[in-house]
Amino acid sequence: MIAFMWNLLLALIWVVLTGDLSGINLFAGLVLGYLVLGLMQRQVPILRGYTSRLPRLIRFFFFFIKELVMANLKVAFDIVTPIWHMQPGVIALPLEARTEMEITMVANLISLTPGTLSLDVSDDRRVLFIHAMFLDDEEALRASLKEMERRVLEILR
Amino acid sequence: MIDWLIKILMLASAAFMLLAAVGIVRLPDLLTRMHATTKAGALGVALMMLAVALHFADSVVSAKTLAVILFIFITAPIAAHVIGRAGYFTGLPLCEQTIKDELVDCYDEKSHRLLSGLETEEELEAYRQNLDMKPRIRTKAQRLE
Repeated sequence: MIAFMWNLLLALIWVVLTGDLSGINLFAGLVLGYLVLGLMQRQVPILRGYTSRLPRLIRFFFFFIKELVMANLKVAFDIVTPIWHMQPGVIALPLEARTEMEITMVANLISLTPGTLSLDVSDDRRVLFIHAMFLDDEEALRASLKEMERRVLEILR
Repeated sequence: MIDWLIKILMLASAAFMLLAAVGIVRLPDLLTRMHATTKAGALGVALMMLAVALHFADSVVSAKTLAVILFIFITAPIAAHVIGRAGYFTGLPLCEQTIKDELVDCYDEKSHRLLSGLETEEELEAYRQNLDMKPRIRTKAQRLE
C-alpha cells in the first residue's frame, strides 16, 4: 500500500515537472514510477515484491471474471429449470487470512461469486461460515474457495 | 460490429436482471434468494455499464461507468452478507433441501460464542469464565417453540 502511494507520488511529480495535466501524461507518470520502483525494490525493504503484484492482480481479475460468469450461469440454470438441482447448506471453511483486512477481502469476494455467501466468522477469526448453494461436491467447492483465498492473499501480502 | 456487441451486452444484462427477479419468486428461502438477487443483479449492472461505455466511447463516460461498476461490486456483497446474516441469526427456517448446517453446531449456547473447533483449552476456559455475551442466534430448539 505504501509502495502504491510512492508510485502515485512519483506520477504526480512527473506531471508537475512536465507541466502537462492530461490523463495520458498522468498514466505515463504512473508507468515510469512503476519502472523506477521496480529498479529500487531490491534495496528498499518496504517496496519488496511490489512490481510482481500487478501481473498477479491482472491474472486474478480474469480468473475472477471467469468464476463470476460460470457460477452465475450455474445459478441461472437452476432458477430456470423446474426441478431443483441445488443442495444448499452452511459449511465452515478454515481461514489462512489473519488480519481484519485480509478476512474482509476474502469474505467479500466469496460473497460476490454466486453460489456462495459468507455468513459469519468465528469469534477467534479462524473459521469462516459460508452458505453454499451447490453442496453436491463439497470437496471441489472447498478446493475452489481455497484457491480463491490463496490468490487474494498473494495480492494482499 | 460494435452496435451488435452493445446489443448483445444489453440483452445479456437484461436477462440476468430478469433471472434475479424470477429467482426471488421461485427460490425457497431467504439465503438462496440472496444468492440469486445480489449477484445476478450486480453482473447485470456491470454488463449494462460496459455497453454504455462502448456506446459513448468517451473517456469521461468510461471513467464514470468504471466507478459505478466498482461501487456496485463493493457494496453488493456487503448488503447480501448483512441481510443473510440477520435473517439466519433471527431464526428464519432454512428450506427443506438444506443438507447440512455447520454453523448451529459451532454455536456455544452457554457462552454465546461462535467456536471454530480449533481453540486451545485455555481459550475455551476463558470463554467459560466470561459469560456476559448476549445471545446471538435462535437455535433449532428455539425456532420450534
